[in-house]
Amino acid sequence: MEKLSGAEMVVRSLQEEGVEYLFGYPGGAVLHIYDAIFQQDKVKHILVRHEQAATHAADGYARATGKPGVVLVTSGPGATNAVTGIATAYMDSIPMIVISGQVRSDWIGDDAFQETDMVGICRPIVKHSFMVRDPAQIPEMMRKAFYLATTGRPGPVLIDIPKDKTAPHVKVPFEYPKKVKMRSYTPVTRGHAGQIRKALEELLKAKRPVIYAGGGVISGEASDLLTRLVRKLGYPVTNTLMGLGCYPATDKQFVGMLGMHGTYEANMAMHNADLIMAVGARFDDRATNDAGKYCPGATIVHIDVDPATISKNVRADVPIVGPVQQVLDDMLNMLDEHGGQPDQKALARWWEEIDGWRQVHGLRYETNDDGPMKPQQVVQALYKATNGDAYVTSDVGQHQMFAAQFYHFDKPRRWINSGGLGTMGFGLPAAMGVQFAFPDATVACVTGEGSIQMNIQELSTCLQYGLPVKIININNQALGMVRQWQDMQYGGRHSQSYMDSLPDFVKLAEAYGHVGIRVDKFEDLAPAMEKAFSLKDRLVFMDIYVDPSEHVYPMQIADGAMRDMWLSKTERT
Amino acid sequence: MRRIISILMENEPGALSRVVGLFSQRGYNIETLTVAPTEDSTLSRLTLTTIGDDRTIERITKHLNKLIEVVKLVDLTEGAHIERELMLIKVKATGAQRAEVKRTVDIFRGQIVDVTSSVYTVQLAGASDKLDAFIGAIGETQVLEVVRSGVSGIARGEKVLSI
Ligand SMILES: Cc1cc2nc3c(=O)[nH]c(=O)nc-3n(C[C@H](O)[C@H](O)[C@H](O)COP(=O)(O)OP(=O)(O)OC[C@H]3O[C@@H](n4cnc5c(N)ncnc54)[C@H](O)[C@@H]3O)c2cc1C
Ligand SMILES: Cc1ncc(C[n+]2csc(CCOP(=O)(O)OP(=O)(O)O)c2C)c(N)n1
Ligand SMILES: [Mg+2]
Repeated sequence: MEKLSGAEMVVRSLQEEGVEYLFGYPGGAVLHIYDAIFQQDKVKHILVRHEQAATHAADGYARATGKPGVVLVTSGPGATNAVTGIATAYMDSIPMIVISGQVRSDWIGDDAFQETDMVGICRPIVKHSFMVRDPAQIPEMMRKAFYLATTGRPGPVLIDIPKDKTAPHVKVPFEYPKKVKMRSYTPVTRGHAGQIRKALEELLKAKRPVIYAGGGVISGEASDLLTRLVRKLGYPVTNTLMGLGCYPATDKQFVGMLGMHGTYEANMAMHNADLIMAVGARFDDRATNDAGKYCPGATIVHIDVDPATISKNVRADVPIVGPVQQVLDDMLNMLDEHGGQPDQKALARWWEEIDGWRQVHGLRYETNDDGPMKPQQVVQALYKATNGDAYVTSDVGQHQMFAAQFYHFDKPRRWINSGGLGTMGFGLPAAMGVQFAFPDATVACVTGEGSIQMNIQELSTCLQYGLPVKIININNQALGMVRQWQDMQYGGRHSQSYMDSLPDFVKLAEAYGHVGIRVDKFEDLAPAMEKAFSLKDRLVFMDIYVDPSEHVYPMQIADGAMRDMWLSKTERT
Repeated sequence: MRRIISILMENEPGALSRVVGLFSQRGYNIETLTVAPTEDSTLSRLTLTTIGDDRTIERITKHLNKLIEVVKLVDLTEGAHIERELMLIKVKATGAQRAEVKRTVDIFRGQIVDVTSSVYTVQLAGASDKLDAFIGAIGETQVLEVVRSGVSGIARGEKVLSI
């Protein structure tokens, strides 16, 4: 049998897994691995400028492709820099493999140079972690890591490797396991047929149904099935922030996003529903408002592959534990056999009511004739300039919500943002990962002047690899989301939410070798966008100045029910 | 309600810390905890007691089941079961008390396993409330040191927890 060093086995395992890109940053504890990387060209290493960006880039790659993202960092500061990105992936159930170097095994526990207990630090933010104790374990651990990260409810997996376990002179037989079996890990592969039937009966009985679909539909590759089922039934469908794109947003049955900044019609439909079918969604507090006042008249069907999410925040009347793809497929088949029909009369009445709600707010906002432009206008211009067909990554804040509300995603995996952790600094590195996955695609990063500065150093990585990402910096000169809360809940006292001393982003982009465009007036917006997107092989940083006082609406009222919302600065339900 | 949760898990480094970490991370309490390898050296048996309403216990068991190293788990309190805890306790035993302590130990079916002129070391096994009762009977002022093993448990009858 072929004999390899631990370092060579790490790289060969990545090859065996079909890994295209490895996002990382070198350092002492991983130098053996970097040397093994140097001596092959199958796995391409991408050198970022900060380890956090390596994790977000791998994460963006994973969200856009459905394949796991892979990261390599050194021990100590390299590893701790990756922690935010690991937590981001964990909260959004993104498949990721993180390989971290560790100090020599005989030094572990001695507070050695660049030693941190990475397995310990990451325990609550990984699906699982491994520490290599013997180089011979590496192939099996790598195989298991990929298996765990990508099956069941996906998530990040850490492999911590002490430097001596990768030493070039210690060679052991290498064979990559074809299959793994773990007696202690058996993700559910089929939902219970009886439960699916029961759910279908509830669906057909309903007079005011809503389908509430989330990120699980995207990661479970079930968008087509969901769309077929929803169309067949003729029911309204809403998406969580993470689910956007799993059902075509321009379809008439789509009522928009639900939750804190969801549409009026989505939240009203939820509140008044008599049946809610949650598909790959986890009843997050941003999507439910006060769980105690949640949708009082609704029977709840919940489809999720993770039994621990079922009845965690909201009690499910018909729980179905299983992968969305199989469950929806079975449900569609049963519907065909069953031949049952929804109550068309009730449904027509329900749509009439929903269409009435659609007229109430309709994501309206006021524009200024001479004043600064509105952030919503920027997203609408982006939507137009890209024909609604771009990959859009985002950072965290008001700009994120405007992007979610005004960019209508018709396809899954096009909307890439940090929902669960809400990580500022996610957008640009995530866009890099997407652009690596799809070099010819249009990739836009919608960001704010606060967020972009959290990983701005990646402009350098973009230059090195020629990534033509378009950065749409919605510059409101404020930590807008924080400021909105201060306006609404703290008497307008803007404690530390003001961005003073902003850099000249155009010059900054130019200093990094890119194109910068500043836009101040609405009439310049569309032409500037057009110009930016015509520069196909250049990164363009669009610094777009907008009204600092704008708020995101609707906004649910804290501790209220789904229907309790602010609709503007002065109107509430 | 007090529950006894019994877990079979991979006998691997780090497995225990994941179980314990889960409790602190999610804000659940562990009252007692005992762990040791089983007759199959690749498996450990961990028994813990915790207090919570049905909803909390359901969450705890679901999250425990999600831990990759947890192979199987049972809430023993859901059925008939036997629970035992071992206590080693040093009590003052001087003068007239010596006989009194001895009598109490006999009533509780304990054993005196070490003796000095002023101290008895007593070994006692049983359900936790029996051990509590013993301490009560001896009187807290007489107690010098208490070591309790934490609860172990097993289902009654033919039910077994194995893989
Ligand atoms: C500033 C800000 C504002 C926000 N406002 C809102 C808002 O207004 N509305 C909103 O909805 N969110 C909002 N969020 C996001 C929110 O915090 C949550 O991230 C989001 O609601 C969770 O989406 P989800 O329920 O689709 O779950 P996800 O986090 O996408 O989880 C997916 C679920 O599907 C399951 N799953 C995965 N794969 C499968 C499969 N194959 N089969 C079956 N099940 C599977 C998983 O177990 C999990 O339960 C906001 C976030 C930020 C940062
Ligand atoms: C790393 C991190 N720190 C702090 C926060 C809290 N936070 C949420 S939104 C926000 C403001 C974001 O400002 P900006 O990027 O300019 O976006 P805007 O809201 O102005 O559109 C802050 C500070 C966060 N989500 N992430
Ligand atoms: Mg801002």
